[in-house]
Amino acid sequence: MSELVYSYYPGCSLHSSAKEYDISTRLVCQALGIELRELEEWICCGASSAHTASDLLGLALPAYNLKLAEKADLPVVIPCAMCFSRLKFAIAGLKDDATRNQINMVLEEGLAKEVPVESLLKVLDGKSITIPVKKPLTGLKVACYYGCLLVRPMEVANLDDVENPRMMDELVEMLGAESIDWDFKTECCGAGLPLARPDMVLQLSNQILSQAKSYGADCVAVACPMCHSNLDMQQKRMKSEDGEHLDLPILYFTQLIGLALGISAKELALKKHFINPVPMLKDKGLL
Amino acid sequence: MIVDNIVNPTISNELRYEIESRSGQKILSCYQCGKCSAGCRAAFAMDLPPRLIMRSIQIGLEEIVLASNSYWVCLQCQVCSARCPREIDIARVMESLRQRAIEEKAKPPEREVAVFHRIFLKLIKRYGRLYEAGLAAFYNLLSRHFFANLSLLPSMLFKGKLSFRPHKIRGAKKIAIIFEKVKEIESEKASS
Repeated sequence: MSELVYSYYPGCSLHSSAKEYDISTRLVCQALGIELRELEEWICCGASSAHTASDLLGLALPAYNLKLAEKADLPVVIPCAMCFSRLKFAIAGLKDDATRNQINMVLEEGLAKEVPVESLLKVLDGKSITIPVKKPLTGLKVACYYGCLLVRPMEVANLDDVENPRMMDELVEMLGAESIDWDFKTECCGAGLPLARPDMVLQLSNQILSQAKSYGADCVAVACPMCHSNLDMQQKRMKSEDGEHLDLPILYFTQLIGLALGISAKELALKKHFINPVPMLKDKGLL
Repeated sequence: MIVDNIVNPTISNELRYEIESRSGQKILSCYQCGKCSAGCRAAFAMDLPPRLIMRSIQIGLEEIVLASNSYWVCLQCQVCSARCPREIDIARVMESLRQRAIEEKAKPPEREVAVFHRIFLKLIKRYGRLYEAGLAAFYNLLSRHFFANLSLLPSMLFKGKLSFRPHKIRGAKKIAIIFEKVKEIESEKASS
C-alpha cells in the first residue's frame, strides 16, 4: 500500500495521441511509490470547445468529474494542462453561489465539498517528493516549455510565476540536466487550432522551437499533450530561417524523470514521438 | 469611477452593455496602453488586435467588431488578461463575443474554427470522451478540407496514436443529459 494515493484523471489525449505521456506518468509514479487510481467513467473536460459555446457547459463537464472524484474521496492528479485548467475553473466557478446552483441543477447531484486538484508537474516537482536519480541527465540542455494554462490565469492555476515559471527548470536541474534561459516559456503554441488554422500553429510553434534551438537546447520539455502535438507532430512541416528542418525532440517531463530513474527508452515509449529523441540521447551518452 | 458614467448620446452603447453584462468586465476602464496587443500571439492573424477590439466597443463601432475574425482566432492563452494594468480580463471579452455570435447563429468569419468546435462538442456529447480520429475525419468533411492532415495518418496509426473506433463510456447517456440541461437552463435565462 502506497502512502501517496491519488485519483488519476488522464483526459482524452492521454488515451490516444499522447499515450506516451500516460505510459511515462504511470511508470514514474509507480517507481516513486505514488499510487494512481484512474477515475472510473471520467468524461471529457470539454477542453476549449465547451466554454467557447457556453460558460455553463464549460463548467458542468469538469464539475461532473469533480463529482466522481468526490465519491472516490482522494485528491486528483492531472497530467494535461488543459484538463487541469478546466477542473480548476470549475472549482473557482463552484465558489460563486449562483453558478454553483446552476451546476448542481445540471448534474442533478450537488457537490458537497472541494476536492483538491493538483497538476502532475506539482506532484512530481521533486520538492514534495524525493526523486532518487540513478542516471543523471548530465550534459543535456533542456528548454522547459510551460505553455499557457499551467500558469494562466494565475488565480485559477495558482502554480508558478505567470511570466517566468521555474518549477520544471528546477526539476530538470535536479535530474542533472541544464535548463536554458529563454523567452518562449509561456508563449502560446497555437493551442487547439492545428486543424482549423494550421498556418497559425506552424508560425507560432516554429518561433518557439527556433529560439529553443538557437539557444542551444537539445530538446524541449513539456507538460501538455496539445503543446506536444503542435511542437512534435507538426514539426516536420516547419523549417528554420535557413530552410532546414528543426529536428528538435519534444519530451514529456515525465519521460525525463523516467530516464533519470533508469527506466528504459522503450518502456518510456520514446519512439512514439514524431521527432525521435533516441539518436540525440545516444549522442549525449544518456542511453 | 467617473469614466463608467460617461454615456455619449451620439454613439451606440448597446454592444458594450451586452458584453459588459456577459463578461463582467468594464470596457470603459481600458485606457488603450496596448499591452494586450503587444503580447497577443494571435494578433498577426486578427482583423483587429485586442486593443482595437476594446476601443471599437468603447466608441460603438459595433458592426466592425462583430464582423472581425479576432474573437474567433483568439487562442484564449490569457496573456492579455494577465498583463492588463487595468485588470480587464480581455480574453473573457473575446470569449463573450464568441458566445454571443454562437447564440445569435451569426455567420462566423472563421468558418473552420466554428466547425471544429461544433464537431468536438458533438463527439463528446455522443461518446463522453473525445474520439480523435472522428474529430479529424468529420472536420475534413464538414470544413471541406478533405485532404487536410492526411499525411500524418500513417505515422499516427503506426505509432498507435489513433484508434478508428470511438471509446464509448458506459455513462455516455448522462453526458447527453448534461448538454440538454445546459441548453434548457440557458434558454430559460435568455427568455427571462
